Amino acid sequence: MKPTAFEYHRPSSLNEALEMLSSLDDAKLLAGGQSLGPMLNFRYVMPENVIDINRVPEIKGIHFESNGAVRIGAMTRQYEIEKDEQFNQQLPIFREALRWVGHYATRNRGTLGGSLTHLDPAAELPGLCALLDAELVIKSQNNERTVSIHDWAVSFMQANIEENELLSEIIIHPWTVSHGFSFLEMSRRHGDFAIAGVACLLSLDDKDCISKTAVSLIGVANGAVRLKNAESLLLGERFSMDLAESAAQVIDGLDAPADAHHSGDFRKRTAKTLFKRALKQAYDNAIEGRTR
Amino acid sequence: MGVKNLGAAVHRIEDARLITGHGRYVDDIKIPGTLSAAFLRSPEAHAKIKSIDLSFARQIPGVVAAYSLADLDPSLQKRMVQAYPNPAIKTDITPYPLAKDEVCFVGEPIAVVIAEDRYIAEDGVQAIQLDLDSLDCVIDAREALKPGAPQVQSSFESNLSASLNWKFGDVDQAFASADHVFKESYFQHRGAPHFMECRGVLAQFDSAVQRLTLWSSTQSPFLVRRYLAAFLEREESSIRVIAPDVGGGFGPKAVHYAEELVVAIATEKLKRPVKWIEDRRENFVGTNQQRDQWWNVEVACKANGKILGIRAECIHDNGAYVPYGLLLPNTSIVPFPGPYSIGAIDVKLHSALTNAVPTTPIRGAGRPNAIFVLERSIDTIARELNLDRAEVRRTNFVRKDQFPYETGAKLPSGVSIQYDSGDYHKTLEMALQASKAEEFEVRRKKAAQTGKWLGLGIASYNEDSGLPPYEGATVKILPTGRVLVEVGSCAQGQGLETIVAQIAADYFGVQTHDVLVRTGDTDFAALALSTVGSRVAATVGPSVHLAAQQVREKALKLAAKDFEASVNDLEIVEGRVGIKGVPGKSVGLGDLSRRLVANVNLPVPSGFSPGLEATAYHTTERPVYANGTNACEVEVDIESGEVRLLNYWVAHDCGTIINPRLVDGQIIGGVVHGIGNALFEHMKYDRKSGQPLCNNLGEYLLPLATEMPQIHCEHMESPSPVNPLGIKGAGEGGTIPGIACIISGIEDALRPLRIKINEYPLSPERLLELIDEKRQQRAS
Amino acid sequence: MSTKHSIALTINGQRYSGDVEARLTLADFLRHHCDLTGTHVGCEHGVCGACTVHVDGRAARSCTMYAVQADGSEIKTVEGLASDEGNSLHPVQEAFREFNGLQCGFCTPGMQMTIAAYLEENPNPSEQEIRELISGNICRCTGYQGIVKAGLRAAERLREEQS
Repeated sequence: MKPTAFEYHRPSSLNEALEMLSSLDDAKLLAGGQSLGPMLNFRYVMPENVIDINRVPEIKGIHFESNGAVRIGAMTRQYEIEKDEQFNQQLPIFREALRWVGHYATRNRGTLGGSLTHLDPAAELPGLCALLDAELVIKSQNNERTVSIHDWAVSFMQANIEENELLSEIIIHPWTVSHGFSFLEMSRRHGDFAIAGVACLLSLDDKDCISKTAVSLIGVANGAVRLKNAESLLLGERFSMDLAESAAQVIDGLDAPADAHHSGDFRKRTAKTLFKRALKQAYDNAIEGRTR
Repeated sequence: MGVKNLGAAVHRIEDARLITGHGRYVDDIKIPGTLSAAFLRSPEAHAKIKSIDLSFARQIPGVVAAYSLADLDPSLQKRMVQAYPNPAIKTDITPYPLAKDEVCFVGEPIAVVIAEDRYIAEDGVQAIQLDLDSLDCVIDAREALKPGAPQVQSSFESNLSASLNWKFGDVDQAFASADHVFKESYFQHRGAPHFMECRGVLAQFDSAVQRLTLWSSTQSPFLVRRYLAAFLEREESSIRVIAPDVGGGFGPKAVHYAEELVVAIATEKLKRPVKWIEDRRENFVGTNQQRDQWWNVEVACKANGKILGIRAECIHDNGAYVPYGLLLPNTSIVPFPGPYSIGAIDVKLHSALTNAVPTTPIRGAGRPNAIFVLERSIDTIARELNLDRAEVRRTNFVRKDQFPYETGAKLPSGVSIQYDSGDYHKTLEMALQASKAEEFEVRRKKAAQTGKWLGLGIASYNEDSGLPPYEGATVKILPTGRVLVEVGSCAQGQGLETIVAQIAADYFGVQTHDVLVRTGDTDFAALALSTVGSRVAATVGPSVHLAAQQVREKALKLAAKDFEASVNDLEIVEGRVGIKGVPGKSVGLGDLSRRLVANVNLPVPSGFSPGLEATAYHTTERPVYANGTNACEVEVDIESGEVRLLNYWVAHDCGTIINPRLVDGQIIGGVVHGIGNALFEHMKYDRKSGQPLCNNLGEYLLPLATEMPQIHCEHMESPSPVNPLGIKGAGEGGTIPGIACIISGIEDALRPLRIKINEYPLSPERLLELIDEKRQQRAS
Repeated sequence: MSTKHSIALTINGQRYSGDVEARLTLADFLRHHCDLTGTHVGCEHGVCGACTVHVDGRAARSCTMYAVQADGSEIKTVEGLASDEGNSLHPVQEAFREFNGLQCGFCTPGMQMTIAAYLEENPNPSEQEIRELISGNICRCTGYQGIVKAGLRAAERLREEQS
C-alpha cells in the first residue's frame, strides 16, 4: 500500500503556506498525517501536491488571552492539548475526551486542526468544539474570516473551507461559571471510532436547577451535533433520570445514517443511553464541584 | 542425567534477537538486485476476463516485467496442485497461478508487475487495463446450495463441493429410547487470521547450479517444496524452501499459495531475485480465512441429562476454490463426540462453493465449531431440564477409568479413534474451583443490586493434537563440543527452538541456551511436514529425544571403550563424558566428535560409524488428546448491549509440559483468538456484490489489550502413552472451547430473560436485538 | 518520476542521509535505506502500531510519516533501545523476555517503543493505563497479558534505577 507519486512542499511560514495554497493545483495539506497518511497509502487520494505544514510556526501553540479566550493553533498536537495544565484547568473536558481520540502514538502527531478539517462524523474534537461554540479562523492569501463551529460542516466530511484556504486557529471561550462536565463514548474497542459519544457541560443554580447546559453528540448524524432542543428541555429543571430520559428523546428526531457495521437506529439508541448517563455524570460532577 | 531443562520455565532462545529488532523475517532478507512484485487482484466477485492490457504498466520507468497467465510458458498455464486429494471432493478445483479467463472472488490474482521497488510495482498495477464481464455471484453458502443458485465456478453446475457424513453407533435407536430430544440451530463465523506479519516470499534462482531458493513466511516449507516441484515438474532436490522468522501463522500460512509459485516462476524468467510482500489490504482478500457455518442439531438424552445420540447437519462456506482438500470440513465433524462418551453420532456437512476467498483452517480449524455445538447442546440440556451445567458434563464425560477410550469412530486411515489419556472430570473441577463457581450466585446477586448482569460461562473440550504421521530431527555434536539440533519443522512464535533445545540439553548435561538450533529448511537431513494442528511439540519433541538419545549412547559407548569402563558407570555433565565419582577422568563431547569424523588415512574408532550425529523420526498412527475446561465471568450491560469480560480461567491438560511459560503463552493467546471470534471478528461481505465489507483493521476488529480479561491458567499433566515423552499439543487449546465459554457466559448473564444465544460473533447491536425479540415475544 | 529530496537525520545517535522520493514512508526508509529492519510494517494505515518509532522523543507510527518529513529529526528505533552498543538491554526489553511478552516477535519492536516512550512521561502507570496505552498496538499471539506484566515490571525497574 504505497502512495502515488506527489510533489512535496514544506513552507516555513504561514505566508509561504498560503501562497502555495493559492498557486498549486490539486494540493492536500499534510498536518498530523494520521488521516491523510492512510488515505495516501491506500491510494484513496492521489494529489499532485502535498503541502507539509508541520513546520509553520504561526499556527502552533496555545495562547491564553486576557479576555478569557483560549486560542489554539490548528497545528497544535493532540498530546499538547492533553498535557497543558493551564488548558486543563479551564477546559478539563478535553483531557477526558482525548483519552478516546485514537491512541497514544496517533495523538503525538494528530492535530486539532487536522481533526476539524477531516471532519469524521465520529470525531471527538469537533464535538467538543461544538459544545463550546468554538470559532474557527480561516486564512487565505488575501483574506481572513472567522466561522462559527456551527457553520463549519457543510456536508458529510466536507468543511466550510476553500481549496486556497487554511484553518489557522480555533478560539474557545471556556465557561467562567462553575460547572460540571462529562464525556462518554461507546466504541467496540478502546480507541475505535465512536458508535456514539456525548459531551456535556452543566451548571446549577442555588436551587440545584440547571441554569446553563450544553450537550453535543458525535457519531450519530453526519457530524457533531449540538442538542439545542434537549438543552431547552433541561434549562430550569431539577435533574432526574426521568428528565434525562425525556430530553434524550430528541435524539430520535436525528437523521442517523447506517453503514456496513452499524444501523442508524443502533447509533441513536446508544446515543440515548449515553446521553442519560452523561447528564447524570455532569450533574454529579457539578454537585461535587460546588462542595469543593 | 543432568540439569533438568525439560519442564523448566526457561527463557526463550528466540527472544534475544526478537527483542532487539534483529529477527529475520522474509522482508528483512536483503539480496542485492532484488525486484519487487505487486499483484493485480480481481475487483469483482465473479467475472469473465475479456482482456488484460499490460502495455501501459510495462512502459513505466522502473517496471521490469508484467505477466498474466498467457505470458507464462505454456507448460505452466495449468491449475495448481491439490494439497490434500480426497475422492469426496466433487468440485476439485484449484486456482491457476494467475487467473485464466474467469475470476471467482474479489482478490483473486490476475496479473503481476515486477519493478525496482514496490512503489513502482504498484504504479504498474494501477496502469493495467482490465476488462471484465460481470457474472452473477453468490456469497451465502445456503443460497449457493439452493436450486437455481448462480454458479460460483463456470466449470461446475452445482456449488456442492462435498457432502461428508461422520457417523457411528445406532442413532435411530438412541433417539427412539430418549426421554428428551432438543433441537437447536446455530450460526458460526470464525473470521480471518490477521497474523501481524503478512505473507511474503523471496525467490532466487541460481542458474549455475539450476537451483531455486525460496524464503517464505510459511508454516510448511517441506510441503511448499513438494507442491512447487510437482507443479514445475522438477526434482525436489533442485528446490530449497526456508521458513525464516515468521510473524504468526495460525493455519493459513500452511497453505501453498499462487503468489509463491508466481514469484518462483518470475525469478527464473528475470534472472534476478524477486520478492513479494503482501500488504494488509491484500491480506483481507488474498489470504485464506474461515467463514460461515449453519448448523441444525438434535440431541437425544435421558432425564438425567445423559446424551444418547446427536444428529446434526451443517452447511459450510468453502469459498471459490478447494486448494486444501477437505481439512477444514473434516475437522468440523470428526471431533464429535468431543470429551463425552456419546455412543451414537450422525453429523452431516455440506461444503458449498461461494464467490469469496477459499476457507482453510485457522487456529483450531473446525474443532471450535464442533465443540461449540457440543457445549451449547450440554447447556441446552441443562437449561431445559433445569440441571446444573457442570453436572451434565460430569454425567457425560469419558471417565478416567475408561482410558484409553475408543469412541466408536475410525480415522480415514482405518485407525480407530482412541482417546489416550486424561481426567476430564478433574480439569472441570479445577476450572470450577479456580473460578469459585460455588460462590457465583452470591456474586451474581450482588452485581444485580447495582444493575449489572453477571454470568458464568463454562466450556469443556478435548482435542486431537500431535497429528500423525511423523516429524524428524537431527542432533549433532559439533567439533567444538556444542550441541546442534536441526529440525525441518518451523515455528511462528510458539518457541520451537527453545523446546527443542530444552529436550536435547538434558541428554548432554548442558543448559538450554548452550544448544544451537536451526529450523525450517528443506536442505536439512530430516524430513518434516507442517506446523499445524498443535502437532509439533508432540512429534518434533519425541524425535529430538530419539536422535539425542542415539547420539548420547554413541558418545557413552566410545568413551566407555576409551576408559575401559561400562557405559553404566559413565555420566555426561556440562558436555563432558566422565566416570561417576571419578573427577578428572572425562572427555569432551567435542573430542569424541572429532575422533569420529577422523581424516584421510586416520581411522574412525573401530566398531563405530563416522560422525557423532543422528537423525531420527517419531512416527505415530494416532493423535494424542489434550483436554480442558474453561470458565469465564462476564458482565452484560443490557441497556447498551456491551459485554465486559471480567475474568477467565483455564484448566488444561497437555500431557508432559516442556516449558510452562510457553504453554501459558499459547493458552492465553489462544483464548484471545476465541474471544475475538465470540465478540469481535466478523469478516462481512456484501451478499449481493460479493465485495468484502471489512477492508482495513479499523473495520475488522481484532482483540485489543483493553477488552481482554485476566486469564488464569492451571495445568495438570496426564502424559500420553503414545509418545516417549508423554507430550500433547497446546497451541489451540485456548481457542477450541473459548468461543463456547464466552457465549455460555453471556447466556448465563441473561438467564432471567431466558435468552438463547445460538450464534457468534455477538455484537452489542445483535445482543440488543436478541433482548428486544425476547421481550416482544413475552409481551405477546 | 517525481523530485528526489535530500534528507539528513539522526537515527539511534548516528547520522543518516539519503535522496528520497517524497512518497517514501519513514518506515520504508528505515527498513530499506538504512538497513534497520527492526521496525516492522503490519498495516500501513496507522492501526496496528508495529511500525512505532520515536520521532524527536515521541512515539509515532512510521507508516503514516514520510521520510522527507523526518529531515533534521532525531529518530530512535528498536535497534537503539539497548545501550552500550547493545550490551545492556533496556528495562523494557528485559521485562519482555522475563514475562514472555512476545511470541512471534513481529509486534514486539512497536510495543517496546510505545511502552518505553510512555514510561518516560508516566513512570508509575496502573495496569489500566498500560492496557489503554497498548490498545494502539495489536498483538495476535500473546493475548497481551505478558506484555502488560512486562510494562508494569519495566516501570518498576526504571523507578528503581531513578532512586
